[in-house]
Amino acid sequence: MAVDSLLERITDYASRPDPYPLYAELRAAGVARQAGGGYLVGAYHDIVALLHDPRISSDPRNIAAPYRALVQPEEQISFIRLDDPAHHRLRGLAMRPFGPPHSPGRLDAMRGQIAQITEELIEGLAGRSRIDIVEDFAYPLPVTVICRLLGVPREDEPVFREWSAAIIDFADIKAGEDPAERQRAGGQALTEMGRYLVDLAERRRGHPGDDMLSAFVNEPDPAGRLTREELAATGVLLLVAGHETTVNLIANGVLTLLRHRDQLERLRREPGLLPGAVEELLRYEPPVHLRQRTPLANIEVAGTTVPKGVPLILVLAAGNRDPKRFHDPERFDPARTDNQHLGFGSGVHHCYGAPLARIEAQTALGALLPRLVGATLVQDPPPYRRGAMLRGPRHLPIEL
Amino acid sequence: MPGDLRQGRIVIVGASLAGLRAAETLREAGFTGSLTVVGDEPHPPYDRPPLSKQVLLGRVAAHATALPARRDPDADWRLGVRATGLDPIGKRVLLADGEPLPYDRLLIATGTRARPWPDQAQAALDGVLTLRTSDDAAHLAERLAAGPRRVLVIGAGFTGSEIASACRELGIEVTVAERGPAPLVGALGGTLSQLAAGLQRAHGVDLRCGVTVTALRGDGRFTGADLSDGSHLEADVCVIAMGAVRNTEWLADSGLAAGPRGLACDAGCRVFDQYGIVTDDVFVAGDVARFPHPLFEYQMLSLEHWGNAVAQAEVAAHNMVSPGPSRRPHLAVPVFWSSQFGLNIKSVGVPTFSDQVLIAQGSIAEGRLVAVYGYRGRITAAVTVNMAKWLEHYQGLIETAAPFPPGPGAADARPLVADFPVPSNVPDPRGLCHGPTVALTGHLPDRRLSVVRPAG
Repeated sequence: MAVDSLLERITDYASRPDPYPLYAELRAAGVARQAGGGYLVGAYHDIVALLHDPRISSDPRNIAAPYRALVQPEEQISFIRLDDPAHHRLRGLAMRPFGPPHSPGRLDAMRGQIAQITEELIEGLAGRSRIDIVEDFAYPLPVTVICRLLGVPREDEPVFREWSAAIIDFADIKAGEDPAERQRAGGQALTEMGRYLVDLAERRRGHPGDDMLSAFVNEPDPAGRLTREELAATGVLLLVAGHETTVNLIANGVLTLLRHRDQLERLRREPGLLPGAVEELLRYEPPVHLRQRTPLANIEVAGTTVPKGVPLILVLAAGNRDPKRFHDPERFDPARTDNQHLGFGSGVHHCYGAPLARIEAQTALGALLPRLVGATLVQDPPPYRRGAMLRGPRHLPIEL
Repeated sequence: MPGDLRQGRIVIVGASLAGLRAAETLREAGFTGSLTVVGDEPHPPYDRPPLSKQVLLGRVAAHATALPARRDPDADWRLGVRATGLDPIGKRVLLADGEPLPYDRLLIATGTRARPWPDQAQAALDGVLTLRTSDDAAHLAERLAAGPRRVLVIGAGFTGSEIASACRELGIEVTVAERGPAPLVGALGGTLSQLAAGLQRAHGVDLRCGVTVTALRGDGRFTGADLSDGSHLEADVCVIAMGAVRNTEWLADSGLAAGPRGLACDAGCRVFDQYGIVTDDVFVAGDVARFPHPLFEYQMLSLEHWGNAVAQAEVAAHNMVSPGPSRRPHLAVPVFWSSQFGLNIKSVGVPTFSDQVLIAQGSIAEGRLVAVYGYRGRITAAVTVNMAKWLEHYQGLIETAAPFPPGPGAADARPLVADFPVPSNVPDPRGLCHGPTVALTGHLPDRRLSVVRPAG
């Protein structure tokens, strides 16, 4: 198979506003071997099969030496980059204070708080004719929520914002660059943020609050406890993933609704469509576009043998628009049924925070809808964030 | 003529999961004619899986498991009415009360009922129960809530094991008696049945395998049972969990291919008559159906699975209102699940259609595993224990008849498949007192042999 430059073109910043024609090219190519040695997959059914395939590893240590661009100290690897059984154990422990079976009502109980935070942010917009959806709304909402949930002081946001940016940059998928600098900065940020979170947690040992860090350090069952390193890695993952993704979901949502005014009007008339609209946004403009995996054996994907140990990049957002899976995939349709999108991935690594992201996006967009009816986009396309993996506007200025 | 198929009179006999989903699908597909649903229970369609789990634990009331409707099927519901016969020439369903019900097309979804204890007098003892309907579940939940000293469960299939699990969770002493060598062996074969046996004992179940209950004792009220090993067991409640009986007796004189193993149909859910000739106006779906499956040598499958009832009802309903070329085959791979003793067990394919099994991921020691079943060198089934998210992968392998054993490389820190295939040890179901919930029943629609005796 010919070596392709698709990954280079997809990760090129100029492609950020509209990567979808490249995704169509990828789907047509089937499995595309890249200049750097990796392989790209963009067809829905191929991606789903790979996400459920036990021969596919999420652990970067399984990448063969010539392709291993980024190395991470073992103790900093969080469960998103681990395989079973370590992944299962750590994800299960992280789930204890967050969801079923140990904390089934936890997120539902936060609906009121999330609605209140949303209301306060909207009140703060009163009297302004121009706002930046990202800075004024889509970013502060999930940050405030994840801070409350984890037990991180909201006023520390300027401190962890820089760490978070370095960690996201570190985790991004790029083509043909020297990773030394972002690896250094990312590694340092991981260490510092981890230490910061462990310190916060340690202060609650013995006198817990109603937050997840408290729950982690005060776990009564010895089998349910995280080590200090595990607590650091898990805390970093939850804090970073807890806001860096949802900001894109909300901002992409506002952008998409302002580009589809008929649907915006319809949602305002039929608020019952809102949960479905959020699912459609997760398909149509998802926050997470790329995930990387590594085959542990030579595997067959769509007639191509992908060798053991090479980087395998799954373009989830390309699968989301695969006409072999979705009827009329380029159409944004909030009333779409049969919408099993890849916005949260699939398989054992299916997004841990998905239920929280859903509540946040439904609440945020629902509260914004009445404001958006008369609003206009100041800049279309808006300026995008740097990354290709977590894709969304850096700023989204609108006139109210 | 497609226009005609969307009109006319459709009757569905059976008002449970398959009947409801078929009714909804008919309307979804544009059927505008009259739709009548007949059900012998007085209740609107309800969900059965919780009856052996949450209902017994007292978390959900027995009559609070109504199935949510996807849409209003705009049907005439004839509930609490039993169908007693079928006149396929006059195209009428005979009812226990009232006028025969005429139809243009008929869907049969009468499902199964609990296999009763064979001795009627013993079965009538107060405290001897079965579990199939919501009324059964209400009755059993009430008995469990009353704090019996011991419950005897006869049959260690899925239902029996789930009942035993609920008893232990409620702190009730329970004995499980099974004629076969281990629990669930009829459905999962030897390897996993050993896991199930260990699990039951670890949870304090008094598990007795290789024995039969020879008599239920009591004087009006059940007090205990005699076992084939000569022992006697005292208990306050006895649950007969000996599998299911297909509700086909009412079709005995219909000339259709109905028998104890179900009602035979083709891949499009059209019912065969007793000569193996396919009808075009009588369809079948759900637990009562026997249908051919290409992945299992086109043998007729009989399933007692929630997912099959839904998928088959949708195909049957679609085909009832679609002309020949746009009809669909029912090809779904069997899938079922069970929760018991804190474990989630899920299965895809037909584990009993196997000669070998191996543990491909996890291990019995961890209490999490994927067991993969092979038959003559290809993968035919997989069962996960607390690892359900991997199931889809194995479903793909079954659908593509992938080679058995599967290749190495499981992403669970085991670079090579550690286990070697061992015989799957699926027993002859005749030696069990629980019925497998999936059964391969050969290639033939049921034949009838008539003995003609000259008069006089």
